[in-house]
Amino acid sequence: MEKQWYTISVYSENNVGLLNRISGIFLKRHINIEGLNVSKSEIEHVSKFTIVVNTTEDWTRKIVQQIEKQVEVIKAFYHTDDDIIYQESALFKIASHLLFDERQIQNIIKESNSQIVTVSREFFVLAKTGRRHEIDEMHDALEPYGIMQFVRSGRIAVTKAAMPISELLTEFQEN
Amino acid sequence: METLKAEKKEKKQETTMRITGAEALIHCLLAEGVDLIYGYPGGAIMPVYDELYKFQDKLTHILTRHEQGAAHAAQGYARVTGKVGVAMATSGPGATNLVTGIADAQIDSTPMVCITGQVTRSLLGSDAFQETDIVGISTPVTKWNYQITRVEEIPEIMAKAFYIARSGRPGPVLVDITKNAQFDELDFKYEKCTGVRSYKPVPEPNLSAIENAAELINNAKRPYIIFGQGVILGEAEAELKALVEKGGIPAAWTILGLSAMETDHPLNVGMVGMHGNYGPNVLTNECDVLIAIGMRFDDRVTGNLATYAKQAKIIHFEIDPAEVNKNVKVDVAVLGNAKETLGMLLPLINKSEHKEWLDEFDKKHQIEFETVIQKDIHPTKEGLTMGEVMEQINMATGNNAVIVSDVGQHQMIACRYAKFTQSKSNITSGGLGTMGFGLPAAIGAKMGAMDREVVAIIGDGGYQMTIQELGVIFQHNVPVKIVVLNNDHLGMVRQWQELFFESRYASTVMTNPDFVKIAEGYHIKSRRVVQRSELKDAVAEMIASKDPYFLEVKVEKEDNVFPMIPTGASVADIRLK
Ligand SMILES: Cc1ncc(C[n+]2csc(CCOP(=O)(O)OP(=O)(O)O)c2C)c(N)n1
Repeated sequence: MEKQWYTISVYSENNVGLLNRISGIFLKRHINIEGLNVSKSEIEHVSKFTIVVNTTEDWTRKIVQQIEKQVEVIKAFYHTDDDIIYQESALFKIASHLLFDERQIQNIIKESNSQIVTVSREFFVLAKTGRRHEIDEMHDALEPYGIMQFVRSGRIAVTKAAMPISELLTEFQEN
Repeated sequence: METLKAEKKEKKQETTMRITGAEALIHCLLAEGVDLIYGYPGGAIMPVYDELYKFQDKLTHILTRHEQGAAHAAQGYARVTGKVGVAMATSGPGATNLVTGIADAQIDSTPMVCITGQVTRSLLGSDAFQETDIVGISTPVTKWNYQITRVEEIPEIMAKAFYIARSGRPGPVLVDITKNAQFDELDFKYEKCTGVRSYKPVPEPNLSAIENAAELINNAKRPYIIFGQGVILGEAEAELKALVEKGGIPAAWTILGLSAMETDHPLNVGMVGMHGNYGPNVLTNECDVLIAIGMRFDDRVTGNLATYAKQAKIIHFEIDPAEVNKNVKVDVAVLGNAKETLGMLLPLINKSEHKEWLDEFDKKHQIEFETVIQKDIHPTKEGLTMGEVMEQINMATGNNAVIVSDVGQHQMIACRYAKFTQSKSNITSGGLGTMGFGLPAAIGAKMGAMDREVVAIIGDGGYQMTIQELGVIFQHNVPVKIVVLNNDHLGMVRQWQELFFESRYASTVMTNPDFVKIAEGYHIKSRRVVQRSELKDAVAEMIASKDPYFLEVKVEKEDNVFPMIPTGASVADIRLK
């Protein structure tokens, strides 16, 4: 089976140990977590893990089954890139003098649709939100001029189809 | 309504008591119906032990001689009773010593609650004396775990722990309690847990899946059932038997399914798996519909997956959705508790017989009988065989003992030849294959079923891994019958060395102590058998004993267990020699 990008969304109770439990499921199978984001979700007191992996659908399904089996997990889904709207963000810290010395930098900022978050005498910070390849392209474009610091977030995603978590929760409670 | 609420509140208030966390813990255990726990004290759990002292008339604590023994004893108790076993230990080494038992309970779905002490909250993360991250360590091998750091959490977390351990697919739960939470006081009241919002222990059965299953079964010419421990855990033994009889379907057991159906039932065709029976393995690849009930297609059962039951339509009755399509792709998955789903299936099944198909099992049995079984249980050579010992035990106990085995050749022989008439009677470490399981598990099994004969079958290797638990047997006069089948080797590993490593016996030959003397040191009645002529009498003497009894049988040193599916081979290529 062919490897591809899958985004796993996990709705769970807030619990300190759960991240450890979930990461162990990947570890056991030597599947690398390419992106991880934990945040609150649309439901009060329910957290959402967004995990990106590059593997086969068969493995992804098995992992999702194992994740869903954990007591504190309400529901886990997996999606291909076509099923979701997704973004990652990145911050670039760059020396301020480059803005004036290297004219090309201004073009990169414009073309990449990134924002200047802050400017100081020593450095300025660019923020870019988009798909991973767009961030990669921007990174590659800036790299020759020197990037003082770079960081990229995990993927965040929402699905095109509905996520019936609230219904599930009421159903769980009724049972 | 208002007054009702007020009344309820008042009532609740009446039942709260101001007590310490340590005492609260005891009340939680009592509220869960626990009257027996196994454990070992130490600094971080001392407040709880102090309460155990005060409550000894209500709650028996058995001091095992090692925490691993406590975990296995709790498992043995749980397996034979179906109730939650409880083990307790201190922080640090006490907690880590439980881990093997926890891992064993996890892979064999045994309901167990482990309670560990932990350093006081303010010291957490400081590498304090005997601090270990047992929650981190046990995470991959527990169904759920939790660290209590505040006394108020105790009732709710304990209730949740028991609920999670026993519900759905059972498993071990570990609760770690910091020392401050044991000392501090709370207003205690206990409410049993009846549900956890994010956790659905038993999936809803799907009628159309059951109808599809029934149709496949009704149209099958060569249907075949493999049943596992799910039948025992779900208490679906009667439903299984009804299905087997109504459909005229041959049924085989996995090692953990053994005893779910009486071994002498004419449609019970034997054991599947690496050292299972010939027919049940070979015919897996000749059936047209394979009905897997409460089993998980472990690699020791399936052999090479690429050639496993490819010709068959496969139906999987399973409580755990994560097991479906994990190892074997199935055609129909019936989720739910086996008792419920089989109960729904039964009325849809046509009465049938499959005589020719059954004859094939008979024929294969005949072949196995002549080449293997006969020699195992009625040997003509001089040396004693493990099989003949099992046969004598069957006869002496009327096929009605609880058989607890350790891990190795003797385990395979016990599971092949022990006979059962009651469920929950075969206690063995299946998934983890934990040497050292047998002796402590037998203690737990006996204490859970005092009215039954409990016979432990152990190898000379595994026996020495938890031999210290003889201390418990002696101190509490636990009348288990211990049989060590002594071949002076780590027999199973030696067998593999003989077959696959050109007989290079690397570290499998053992110079053993005088086991009879050791038992005598614990004041346990004991006897050694070296000749066939003494065997029957010795077994009879052992079974007749009201007290614990140790029997060492010196068996042939280099016997092998057959049939055998070599690793990576197909079930169809099982070797008879
Ligand atoms: C804790 C543990 N360590 C190692 C093994 C690997 N192992 C499996 S069977 C076996 C030999 C068991 O020897 P013995 O207890 O004498 O039983 P026999 O096979 O001779 O009946 C070994 C070492 C194991 N299963 N468990």
